[in-house]
Amino acid sequence: MAPALDPMIGRYLRLDIDGVTHRIYFEEAGQGIPLVCLHTAGADNRQFRHLLADPEITRRFRVLAFDMPWHGKSTPPDGWEREEYRLTTASYTAVIRAFCKAMELDKPAVMGCSIGGRIVLNLAIAHAAEFRALIALEAADFQQPWYDTAWLHRPDVHGGEVCAALISGLIAPQSPPASRHETLWMYMQGGPGVFKGDLYFYRVDGDLREKVKTIDTKVCPLYLLTGEYDFSCAAEDTLRTAAQIPGVDVQIMKELGHFPMSENPAKFREYILPVLDRIAR
Amino acid sequence: MSPAERFARLPELLAADPDLCRRGRWLNADCRIDIGAEPFYLTLREGALADLARGPRLLRSVAFSISGTEEAWLRHWQQVPDPGWHDLFALTKRGAASFDGDLRPLLQNLQYFKDLLALPRRLPEAN
Repeated sequence: MAPALDPMIGRYLRLDIDGVTHRIYFEEAGQGIPLVCLHTAGADNRQFRHLLADPEITRRFRVLAFDMPWHGKSTPPDGWEREEYRLTTASYTAVIRAFCKAMELDKPAVMGCSIGGRIVLNLAIAHAAEFRALIALEAADFQQPWYDTAWLHRPDVHGGEVCAALISGLIAPQSPPASRHETLWMYMQGGPGVFKGDLYFYRVDGDLREKVKTIDTKVCPLYLLTGEYDFSCAAEDTLRTAAQIPGVDVQIMKELGHFPMSENPAKFREYILPVLDRIAR
Repeated sequence: MSPAERFARLPELLAADPDLCRRGRWLNADCRIDIGAEPFYLTLREGALADLARGPRLLRSVAFSISGTEEAWLRHWQQVPDPGWHDLFALTKRGAASFDGDLRPLLQNLQYFKDLLALPRRLPEAN
């Protein structure tokens, strides 16, 4: 019997970003329009494994999902032990643009979730002409914090377990238990302080209020999709953001939470396929 | 059945969930859960409920307390809760519940406490 192989292939890319050498892990599958996928804070590219294995998507899109530096199988840069990891709008944007350039992607579409969704908004603000389409999942210009991130990295609380337990409530109750727990497992595996460092971008550095008004969807189409059970980026946060952007396409997804692509892949497919159809048209 | 009456069934609900007891096996803590105006004092030992005291106890000290309105618990315990009522932190974010005291044992055992406090969802009366 032939081995039961998933279709995606994983490789490492050497990348120079602002003078720092990175070894970035990514997986890809399919051919056609490049579609770069950005995982949530404190997680990794496995969140997109169902898209990477969906022939309905990969027959038209070359899907690429990379692990951010410090995440998944991307090695932290040399000397990581001497600094506190903090993601910023500038560093996050630089990684995405460097990846697309190094991979020689021709006007890719980019889909990001949570912090990935927030940075997609920044791409729409600052670099729209470089992209074919932008999809922001669970994204808003700003969200009210709902816990103190100091709990995420301290010696008397298990980082992986507290990260997973905190975000577990952002998963919709309808999501299949196996997918829920796979999503949580990725959070349990994050490096110490990495989720917290990502949230620096989310909470301190990445406030896009006012700036989203400058997005021109005629330069690059923008799609916003948010799960109704996401109380971190609540439906009203996304709708408030969308109301400031003429021409944006916004949807609130039923029975989904903050991790649509991994918490309930079948349900998310119902929402994302029509969006990808429009982009491929 | 009122929310407080549902919560009073916690000992049997936890005893029927050996997996949750197993996950809490490192936990020893005393805490207070307010169901509306009615306080419950939980004595947790190695993940099991050694005691559940219903009603006010003068000068009884606890590590932390979680207070929620009757509506918050009622909606939290629906078999499929509505968005915004489905998680403890969704309740605190909307102002329907609050945490007080030394939150360390809570955060050290957060999934355990979330699952413990969601147990009344399993009662048929909740639906």
